[in-house]
Amino acid sequence: MKLDRISYLTLGFVLGVALVLALLNQMTALGSALHVPTYVLALAGKYLCFAMLALAVDLVWGFAGILSLGHAAFFALGGYAMGMYLMRQIGTRGVYGNPNLPDFMVFLGWKELPWYWYGFDWFGFAMLMAVVVPGLLAAVFGWLAFRSRVTGVYLSIITQALTYALLLAFFRNDMGFGGNNGMTDFKDILGFNVQADSTRSALLVISALLLCGQFLLARFVVASRFGKMLIAVRDTESRTRFLGYRPESYKLVVWVLSAVMAGIGGALYVPQVGIINPSEFAPGNSIEAVIWVAVGGRGTLVGAILGAILVNFGKTWFTGALPEVWLYALGAMFIFVTLFLPRGVMGLFRARTSKEPEPEAPEVAAAHEVTG
Amino acid sequence: MIERDTLLYLDGVTVSFDGFRALNALSLRLNEGEMRAVIGPNGAGKTTMMDVITGKTRPDSGQVVFGKDTDLTKLDEPKIASLGIGRKFQKPTVFEPHTVWDNLLLALAGDRSPRFSLFARETAAEKRQIESILETTRLTDQRYRRSADLSHGQKQWLEIGMLLAQEPQLLLVDEPVAGMTDAETEQTAVLLREINQTRSVVVVEHDMAFVRALGVKVTVLHEGSVLSEGSIDFVSDDPKVIEVYLGR
Amino acid sequence: MRRIAALLLLIILMQGASVCRAEGIDDAYEALAASAGSISAASFNSVRLGIEQLAVSGDPRAAAVIGALQDGLLYANDDHALFIQQPDGSYADARTGNPAPDVTDDDVKAVRINNAVRSAIEAALGSLQLFAPDVPTRLAAASAVFTSHNPAALPALTRALAKEADPAVKQRMEQAKAAAIVYDPDASQRDRLAAVATLRARGDQDARSLLSTLAGQTGPVADAAASAVTAIDRVLQIWSVAQSVYYGVSLGSVLLLAAAGLAITFGVMGVINMAHGEMVMIGAYVTFVVQQTMHAYVPSLYQISLLIAVPMAFLVSGAVGVAVERSLIRWLYGRPLETLLATWGLSLVLQQVVRSLFGANNRDVDTPAWMSGATQLGGLTLTWNRMYIILFAFLVVAALMAALRYTSLGLRMRAVTQNRRMAAAMGIKTPWIDALTFGLGSGVAGIAGVALSQIDNVSPNLGQGYIIDSFMVVVFGGVGNLWGTTLGALTLGIVNKFLEPVAGAVLGKIVVLILLILFVQRNPRGMFPLKGRAVES
Repeated sequence: MKLDRISYLTLGFVLGVALVLALLNQMTALGSALHVPTYVLALAGKYLCFAMLALAVDLVWGFAGILSLGHAAFFALGGYAMGMYLMRQIGTRGVYGNPNLPDFMVFLGWKELPWYWYGFDWFGFAMLMAVVVPGLLAAVFGWLAFRSRVTGVYLSIITQALTYALLLAFFRNDMGFGGNNGMTDFKDILGFNVQADSTRSALLVISALLLCGQFLLARFVVASRFGKMLIAVRDTESRTRFLGYRPESYKLVVWVLSAVMAGIGGALYVPQVGIINPSEFAPGNSIEAVIWVAVGGRGTLVGAILGAILVNFGKTWFTGALPEVWLYALGAMFIFVTLFLPRGVMGLFRARTSKEPEPEAPEVAAAHEVTG
Repeated sequence: MIERDTLLYLDGVTVSFDGFRALNALSLRLNEGEMRAVIGPNGAGKTTMMDVITGKTRPDSGQVVFGKDTDLTKLDEPKIASLGIGRKFQKPTVFEPHTVWDNLLLALAGDRSPRFSLFARETAAEKRQIESILETTRLTDQRYRRSADLSHGQKQWLEIGMLLAQEPQLLLVDEPVAGMTDAETEQTAVLLREINQTRSVVVVEHDMAFVRALGVKVTVLHEGSVLSEGSIDFVSDDPKVIEVYLGR
Repeated sequence: MRRIAALLLLIILMQGASVCRAEGIDDAYEALAASAGSISAASFNSVRLGIEQLAVSGDPRAAAVIGALQDGLLYANDDHALFIQQPDGSYADARTGNPAPDVTDDDVKAVRINNAVRSAIEAALGSLQLFAPDVPTRLAAASAVFTSHNPAALPALTRALAKEADPAVKQRMEQAKAAAIVYDPDASQRDRLAAVATLRARGDQDARSLLSTLAGQTGPVADAAASAVTAIDRVLQIWSVAQSVYYGVSLGSVLLLAAAGLAITFGVMGVINMAHGEMVMIGAYVTFVVQQTMHAYVPSLYQISLLIAVPMAFLVSGAVGVAVERSLIRWLYGRPLETLLATWGLSLVLQQVVRSLFGANNRDVDTPAWMSGATQLGGLTLTWNRMYIILFAFLVVAALMAALRYTSLGLRMRAVTQNRRMAAAMGIKTPWIDALTFGLGSGVAGIAGVALSQIDNVSPNLGQGYIIDSFMVVVFGGVGNLWGTTLGALTLGIVNKFLEPVAGAVLGKIVVLILLILFVQRNPRGMFPLKGRAVES
C-alpha cells in the first residue's frame, strides 16, 4: 500500500504531537514554562478519539455513500463498555463502599449485579465488548436496512432514530447503566490511577497509535478492490447488481467495520474525559461528527482526521472565549461547507495538484435508466 | 444455418404499472449464438423487457427461461448477472471515479464476495484479459484515464468492454449508438458482430441504419407485444409496422 | 372533674323548660363542647357524634356552627355554652347567632378537633350543602356524601331527595344514598340489593371500589356486589380503551400538526429540512409575542390572541421559509444529503438567534379561558385544549389539501413537482413556485407552533423534540401523500398511547421507534407507496 505525502504528514503530526505533549508533561517540572498541564493532555486525547469517530463516519459516508446520523451511538456504546469496566474497578472505594455493586445500583436499591454486567471487571472482556456490541448492533441494523435497499436520506433518518431510541433507553435508570448521570468518578485502569499524569500521557499516546492504526486499516480497505467496489456502489449502486455484485454485503462489511472503529474511539474517550452519560447518544453529536468530515473533506480519510481536530479545537476555543458565538459558528460552518466547500479543506489542497471535477452527488448520478 | 438450442425464452410476459401495460403477453425466443435487434416506438416496452430479463422488474405473469430450465423470474439481479447475462444501459453507466482499467477489473468474471475483494491482488491472467478487452474496445490508450473524462462514445465502448469482462453468454445492449458519431456507429456495429462470434446478443436500437448494418433478425415491439419479426427488409415492408411507425 | 359534671347536671336541670323544646339539638350542642379543654378520645368521640347529630337535625344554624368548628373559631365556656368568634375578635352565641358582648377571650376555650372529627365535619358540611340553593353546590355535596358513604347522612339525604327537582342532582343523591345504604348493616337486605343495583348502574371507578369491598364478604348482597363489579369492570375497560384512543388521537393530532408542513417541504418538494422544527418553534414564539402585545396594548383582545397569532405565525414562519429557500435551499436541489447538513446548521443558527432574543428559559404562553377546563363524556375526560388542538389539526390539513387542490398556486405547485421542465415551458416561474411551496410548508409549521405553545414549553429547543417524529410520520405515511401523513400521525399517536400503559412512556416510545425503523426498512416507501415507474428514478 502506497501512502501519499499528506497521509505521511498527518500520521507524523498525530504521533508527533501526542508524543511531544506526553513527554513535555512527564519530563518537565510543574512550574516550568514548557510544562504541559493535564487538561491539555485530556483535550488532545479527546480530539484524537473524535478523529477516530470522524474516520469511521468518512469510511461509510465518503466511500459507501451512507450518511450516518447515528454514528455517535456506536462511539457511545464503546464508551459504555469501557465505563462499565472502570466502574467495576472502583470496587469498595465508592461512596457506599459496596464491593459487589456500583454506587448507582446501591442507590437504586438493587440487590445484585445484572447479568449483563458479568465479566466487565476483566479488561479483556470489556474491550471485546467495546467492539462486539457496536459491531453487532451495526450488523443487525445494516443487514435489515441494506437488504431492503433503504438508501439516501431515508437511511440517514432511521440512523438518527436509532441513536435517538438509544438515548431514551440509556436515560432510564432501570436499564442498569446509571440513568441520566451515567458513570463517572473512575479510579483505576489496569491498576493505574486514571487521574495520574502518567496514565493520561500513556492514554494519549495509545490513542494516537490506535488512530494511526485505524487510518492505515481504512486506507488498506479503500485501496483494495473492495474499496473500489465500494466507490462504485456509492455512485451507481444499481449498476453493480447487473455486474453480479451484491452491494448490500459490501455496505454491511464496511458499516460494521466503521461501527467497530467508532466503538474503539469511544472506549478510549471515556477514561480521558472521565465520564460517560446518555448525552453522548444525542442526535446532534452524530451530526456534528458528520460536519467534521465535511469540513476536512469527505472521502479523503486524512480530511476526517484533520476536520475532527480542527473543528473541535475551534469549539474548545470558542466555548471558552465566546460561548454565545459557538453555535452560530457551528451552524454557519454547516452551511458554508455544503455551499462553498463541498470537498472540504482537503479540496483546497487537491485543487492545486489535480484537476479532478467536483464529485457529482450520488443521488443525481444514480442510474436513470428509465425509458420506453 | 444449423438448428441451435434456445438460449432465452419469454412466454406470455405481462407487466403493468398502475393499470398501464408495459408488456402485454410478450413472447420471444432467442437461440444460442444469435444476435437479435429489437426495435419499436417509444413506450413499446423495450426497456421493460430488459428489466424483466435482468431481474429488475418482476412480471405479473409469464415465464422467462434462460438456458435449459432456469426461471429468471425467481432470481434477483446479481444472481442473474452471475448466470451469464450482461446488460448495457441506454445512458452509459460506468464507474466514473475509477480509471478505465479499474472499471474493467471490477467487471471481470470471478468471485464477487467482499471477503475475496478485500484481499484480491491483480493476477497476470487478469492483466492479460483486461489488455485484450482494451484492445477489442479500442481503449488501450485510455487505460489510465478516469472514465468520467472519456468521450460519450468511449464510455459506451467501455461499458461494452465491461460486459465482455463479465464473460456473459447473453448480452443485452440498450441503444449502444445513441449520441455517437457516424464513424463511431460504424465501429460499434463491427464490434458487436465481433462479439457475436462467441456470444448471443440482443440489441435495442432506434437507429435504422445501424440495425440494417448489423444485418440480423429484427423483432418489432408495439404496445408491449411482438408486432412483427423477420429480416429488416421484411419488417420494414410489413404494413402493420408501417402503420405503427407512420400512422395512417 | 366531678365538680364539673355536677355543675353540668345543675345547668341542665335549671334550663329544663327550654331544653325540652329540642332535646336532640341541645344534646348535640352540648356534645360539641366536650373537647374544649379536654382532648381525651371520649371527648373527641362526643364532638364527632355532636356533629353528626347537628348535621341531620335541620337546624338552620348547623352549617354556621360546623363551619366555625372547621375553621377553629368555635369556643365553649365552662358552662359548655358555645360561641363563635367573629372576624373582629368578638363572640356570638352559637345557637342563636346573637352577639355575646360579655364574653371575653378569658372566658372561653377553643373546641379542639382531630382527624376523625375533621372528616366528620367534611361529611356533615357535605350533607348540609345538599340543601344549598344552587345546583352545582348540591351536586358537589351529593358527590361528597357518595364518597364518604356515611349512613349518618341518610336522613338528610332522604329529606333532600324529597325536595330535589333537578334530575342530575337527584340521580347523584340517589347514588349517594345507595352508597350509604350498602354499607349500613342495619338496612334491610332488599334495600341493600337495590342499592347495589343503583351503584352498578353508575358503573364508574368509584362505584366499583365501593362494591369491591363488599364483594369479598358472603351473602346475597356480596354476590350481587361481586357480579356488579364484574359488570362495571367490563364497562370500565371499554371506557379505558376509548380514553387511550382519545389520548392517541390527541398525540396524533400534535404529530400531524408538526408533520403537515413537512409533508409539503419533504413530501412534495423532496427537501430534507432539518430546520423544520425551528419553523414550529418560531411559530410558538410569535404566539408569545402576540399575546404579550395584546396584554400590554389591547387587553380586550387578550382572550383571542391565539386566533390572531395563527395568521401571524403563518406569515412569519412562511417568510422565514421563503428567505431560507431563496438563500440556501435552492443551491442544493438534487443533493439531499447536503441539504440535510446545511439545514441542520440553519437550525442551530435559528435556535441561537431565538436564544439571544428571548433568552434560554421557557416562556409562558397562557391558555385562554375558553380553552381551559375539561368535559366529561361518559367515562371519558376530554380536556378542552386537547379537543381544540385535535379540531385545529384537522382544519389545518383540510385547508392545506384544499389549497393544493383548488387554488391556482396549488395547481402550479403540483405542476412543478410533477414535471418541472414542462411546467417551466408552460410559463410557470418555477423558482418562485419553489420558494412559495417551501414558504407554505414553513408557514404551516408556524401554525403548528401556535398549537404546541399550548401544550409544550416554549423554548428555543421546542422544535428539536418534534423533528425526528415528524420525519417518521411523513416517511411512515408515504412521501407526498397528505392522507398518508394524517393516517400515519394518528396511527403512531394511538400505538404510542396503547404501548405506554404496557411498557411505560419512555420504553413505549423506544418500542414505537424500533417498530418504525423496522417498518421503514420493510416498506421504504411508506404505508401508501406511489406505484409506477416514476418511483424507480
